[in-house]
Amino acid sequence: MTAPLLVLEGLTKRFGGLTAIDGVSLTLPCGGVTGIIGPNGAGKTTLFSLIAGSERANTGRVLFDGGDVTRLPANARAVRGIGRTFQITQPFAGMSVRENVAVGAYLRHARRNDALARAAEIAERVGLGGRLDAPAASLTVSARKRLEVARALATEPKLLLLDEILAGLNPSEVREFAPVVRALSAQGITVMMIEHVMHAVMNLCAHLYVLAEGRLIAQGPPAEVTRDPLVIESYLGKGAAARLARGGGHG
Amino acid sequence: MRPYLSIVIVALALAALASLAHSNTLANSLVTATIIALAGYGWNLLGGYGGQYSFGHAAFFGAAAYVDAVAQARYGVNAYAAFVLATAAAALVGVVIGYLSFRAGLRGSYFALITLAFAEVMRVLANAAGITGGAAGTLIRLAPSPSHFQFVGRQPYLWIVLVLVTLAMIATRAVERSRFGAYLVAVRENEAAARALGVDALRVKLQAIVISAALTGLAGALYAQYFLFVDASIAFGPWISIEALAAPIVGGLGTVFGPLVGALALDGFGEAAHAVAGRTPGIELALYGALLVLVVAVARDGLQGLAVRFFAARRAGAA
Amino acid sequence: MLTPDILAAAVVNGLTTGAVYALIAVGLTLVYGVLHIVNFAHGAILAAAMFAAYFAFQYGVDPYVALAPLAVVFFGLGYAAQRLVIGPASHGEDRNVLLVTLGLSIVIENLLLAAFSSDTRSINTTYGFATIRLGPLFVSLPKAIGFGVSCAVGMTLWALLNYTDIGKAIRAVAKERMGARLVGIDPPHVFAVTFGLSAACLAIAACVLLPVYYVDPRVGEAYVLIAFTIVVLGGMGSIAGAMVGGLLIGVVESLSGLLLGDSLGQLGIYLIFILVLLLRPRGLFGATA
Repeated sequence: MTAPLLVLEGLTKRFGGLTAIDGVSLTLPCGGVTGIIGPNGAGKTTLFSLIAGSERANTGRVLFDGGDVTRLPANARAVRGIGRTFQITQPFAGMSVRENVAVGAYLRHARRNDALARAAEIAERVGLGGRLDAPAASLTVSARKRLEVARALATEPKLLLLDEILAGLNPSEVREFAPVVRALSAQGITVMMIEHVMHAVMNLCAHLYVLAEGRLIAQGPPAEVTRDPLVIESYLGKGAAARLARGGGHG
Repeated sequence: MRPYLSIVIVALALAALASLAHSNTLANSLVTATIIALAGYGWNLLGGYGGQYSFGHAAFFGAAAYVDAVAQARYGVNAYAAFVLATAAAALVGVVIGYLSFRAGLRGSYFALITLAFAEVMRVLANAAGITGGAAGTLIRLAPSPSHFQFVGRQPYLWIVLVLVTLAMIATRAVERSRFGAYLVAVRENEAAARALGVDALRVKLQAIVISAALTGLAGALYAQYFLFVDASIAFGPWISIEALAAPIVGGLGTVFGPLVGALALDGFGEAAHAVAGRTPGIELALYGALLVLVVAVARDGLQGLAVRFFAARRAGAA
Repeated sequence: MLTPDILAAAVVNGLTTGAVYALIAVGLTLVYGVLHIVNFAHGAILAAAMFAAYFAFQYGVDPYVALAPLAVVFFGLGYAAQRLVIGPASHGEDRNVLLVTLGLSIVIENLLLAAFSSDTRSINTTYGFATIRLGPLFVSLPKAIGFGVSCAVGMTLWALLNYTDIGKAIRAVAKERMGARLVGIDPPHVFAVTFGLSAACLAIAACVLLPVYYVDPRVGEAYVLIAFTIVVLGGMGSIAGAMVGGLLIGVVESLSGLLLGDSLGQLGIYLIFILVLLLRPRGLFGATA
């Protein structure tokens, strides 16, 4: 067994009186696609922010690639190899697609020509090859999601955090995205994704974590996790698992 | 070399204009306009590319103007050394103001407010302190000779400031085409997203304000050297903060030629206003204010953008 | 010597000045709370209002008489400025609002300068030097009136925001712009009303200031930095904060003037402003900082 890529130890984040993340610990090995699911407000995006460094944890530690990054700001964590996309896309609106992606590429390629070439290459890979010079502000929702992925990818991350990149896409767009995610994993990038589109999650992820009210309540292979009564209840409310087991429901 | 070709052409056009400016009035007007343009290049880097709107660039202009004058008048420092010292002093003021404000996370209105306050503090201090000559100001002794960085007539100054403006244009273009420039614009567009991509936003903003302060400081030092006099309201007064931001905005925010186009246009409008309304104080700045509102309202890319669109439309019409 | 009497007099003087500062700051904070912008033309509007009151006096209208009509006129001007100039010219971008209000302030100040020159002017009233007795202290009558008027305006504004329909609309827009639109509130109208109220407060401030202070085209600059300080100190957008902050700054200024002399007292205001901006935790500013 190789050394884990990411270890979270007792991570807790409070906003005022609200505990968004409550003592989360997990160990993520190198490679593969891991999913994080959970009902709305479970703290999934906050967990990503704690890993990527845009929020600091109140207690607990974040270990990445053999080092403690708990106190590092987001930009330093990007340098270490943590890339993320934003659930609400955050394009640099005044820049073209190529320039957007180049901002990411500059992290490993200080020279302009290298960064721009690298940006074009990556945009091509996520299916934005034809829109390199389009202003980012003019992109459709689906293209903006691709841009998020391209930018994060351009920083050449070891760990890529994808925050609901499939939300808001139509079924055929979702189908187009799946091979992109698989290709990342095949290249050796460890992918962690928050997703609500369940069939995509079942399809892509080898391992799932379930978050509810800031706590990890279950983990395991997708088929197992989705049968877990605790998980079903957290989604559908108390007693739902029992009702389902009785073969209940009237429609 | 292609990205710099347009700068070479503009520099040559300026040189042609300068060599035609035989009358002292015209040369004088051009010198002040291009000094404003230089100050505008400083503002443009931080405000135009970096999106951090300073309302107090007078702090940098004034610091350099005073250091240039006081070093020569009080300490007998060589004029060229004083000039370099003055620019460095402006950069230092930039570091201090930038470090304090950006570390405290001040943006938008707050950054505008605090820069304004810093400039005012410096104005009050310069007006009260002994070393600056207090309310009487500081005179640089008249000694026209190249070794004192003083010349007979306006023309030599015009050439000097044109060289500096050309260097400022080249520097701006170089920033545009560098990693630093890409990071700076990324921070302007979306700081959180830039951070997630590995951009150290604080560092990028600090670098920007230092270069910005140094450029505006160059303008201040040159101003002192040209008029051989500074006082608190010239050096740290609101007029220069306003002109340094009006030039790039009117000309074209975040562009290589914006500050130059804007400064020359504002100068032209100012002269026209004088011709119509006489030398009533206030008319010129009132017009600048109105232009500022008008440009923000109808031409976000400034006069330069307006011209580009106009010619593009004509070409489309002719075809 | 600093006797308790002198100190008490300085405190009372500070409170009366501070009340007028608060009145100026209230308009600024109101606009900030609703539009999330700093109105850089605030000081210039105050200067314009003071000139209006000055010329009213030249035609025989006492500032206290001119107060109500000028408040109405400036409400209209403020409404129009936001509705016709600031709103449309800014295209909904905060950075643009900053520049547009700066541009407006430059225009107003310099038009005043062109029209009336930089001379300082003041008016001579029969009551300008009258005092009233407050225990062992004598308080300047116009300053006491200014204090009373400012407090009354502050309370009226508070009541207006809490108990009238337009007040509720203003608070709704301040909280949630999109949501307010959904329940049938017209944000541009509410923005303009807010701006109008802010300008009306300035007109009232101008009328109570004029009997005791001078006016010149740049007079607004001095007040506006103080007002900004108060607004930041009291919490951007908070009316109660502005009232308390105003009184506090008035007293601080009066005491530091007493202890340090006038020009350093002025410096003190700027330094307090810078320190408040740098040291107050960001959370208290609100997210739009």
